[in-house]
Amino acid sequence: MSAADDQLLEELLAGKHRALARTISKIENRSPGYRDLVSKLYAHTGEADVIGITGSPGAGKSTLVDKLAETYRERGETVGVIAIDPSSPFTGGAVLGDRIRMASTVGDMDVFVRSMSARGTLGGLSTATADAVKAMDAFGKDKIIIETVGAGQNEIDIVRTADTVGVLVPPGSGDSIQTLKAGILEIADVFVVNKADRPGADRTVKELMEMIDLGEGGGFGGGSGHHGPDATDHATHDAGDAADVGGSNADSADADVSDGDASWRPPIVETVATKGEGIDELLSEFATHQTYLEESGEQAENARQRYAEEIRTLLREDVNALLEERLQDAGGVEALADAVRTGDTDPYTIADDLLEPVEECLEGLKTEETPETSSQS
Amino acid sequence: MSSEQEAESIRCLVSKVGLDGHDRGAHVIARAFRDAGFEVIYSGLHKAPDEVVQAAVQEDVDVLGISILSGAHNTLVPKIMDGLEEYGAKDDTLVLVGGVIPDEDRPALEDEGVAAIFGPGTSIEETVDFVRENAPQR
Repeated sequence: MSAADDQLLEELLAGKHRALARTISKIENRSPGYRDLVSKLYAHTGEADVIGITGSPGAGKSTLVDKLAETYRERGETVGVIAIDPSSPFTGGAVLGDRIRMASTVGDMDVFVRSMSARGTLGGLSTATADAVKAMDAFGKDKIIIETVGAGQNEIDIVRTADTVGVLVPPGSGDSIQTLKAGILEIADVFVVNKADRPGADRTVKELMEMIDLGEGGGFGGGSGHHGPDATDHATHDAGDAADVGGSNADSADADVSDGDASWRPPIVETVATKGEGIDELLSEFATHQTYLEESGEQAENARQRYAEEIRTLLREDVNALLEERLQDAGGVEALADAVRTGDTDPYTIADDLLEPVEECLEGLKTEETPETSSQS
Repeated sequence: MSSEQEAESIRCLVSKVGLDGHDRGAHVIARAFRDAGFEVIYSGLHKAPDEVVQAAVQEDVDVLGISILSGAHNTLVPKIMDGLEEYGAKDDTLVLVGGVIPDEDRPALEDEGVAAIFGPGTSIEETVDFVRENAPQR
């Protein structure tokens, strides 16, 4: 690690805001040496509770996050917020506007708000978010809130970085079929019906309750196949598995951690974020979920899965970059694409040809390693 | 390492400071910057100098654009510059001021560390080009 990075790390651990900001920039930019920096951060992490807040645009996420941060501060805890907004797929530009709603805590440097955008790399944002969370954790933040529009696989991957996920459902967001449809509900540990002073809030709460109850009876969360491949997993569980409908505990289902009594049933909390109503209740539900995670052993399991995913993502990105070089050596992707266009060859043949030497290399590695590994295992 | 793809983007904070509710210009700039491929953070209206400094430091922006149409630039801009200095962010942040700034006030602001002042009639291209050319290399 370079001397400059060493100093940056030292300053970050000493609590300098500028150093934290700069570290997150390095992570976002993937500037040279950021990997060494992040791997050094890991030794100082593990203290913070990470909370994800997600919901459709206009559901009131930023306002709610603002109030959450304010309440944590009143309790004497420091807060980090990572607010994620989409970027334009055309220019790469973005307007990150979440900060505007976070007015309660301005002037308080112990609330560190950082806006991030996707920067066009698929999957790259979830790695960057996870790393930024590590940076804030190492900095010494007690609570870290990730705020994101929960649309699409990419965003859901981001929110999985969190220990506890709150999903905002505004009143009048469609009938129960609509809520069944949205994949976003499957990641909820806590449902938040925000803007609860609006007409239709009662109905939304009722519909969510019905959904959760349905899952509890195993009605559709079980073997009826609506959940695709996961459904068979859930079907093997007893009917008391309340979280089936939310699917939030799908991870634990694989690991057989939960039994019927201990499994998590996503509570529904009504809030009016603009007036600060229901915030204390929401925080206590978050705390309850945190306790549940610790006691059920799910936290360890979730962490393991998360790190496994991080390792895979990193490897995939690295291998992609290596292959990109290989592609350049082979004359660039455009020449190859043109060959396909003119009918000389096809994409499968090209892929096979390009990968053949790589596969041979791997084969070579395997035969070299075999004697050692077999003696170990 | 070759596998590290760099994905840098120019980050800007567009801020409205003080008792000044005219944000059309700031909106136009924010949008133009976005279309130029920058990441733009917009502060919202009526921010105190401290709040602007907090946002600029936490977001680690390359460019801080301050829009002032109230005439209070001689008071507000120095406060922001002092705040940036306090967090060690003054030297590598490109500070721009936009708005109605009389000619006789400009030298003092430039002495404070403002890189450029864009008055009424400045073209969008001019501003975007200036940012591209002068955004600090870190």
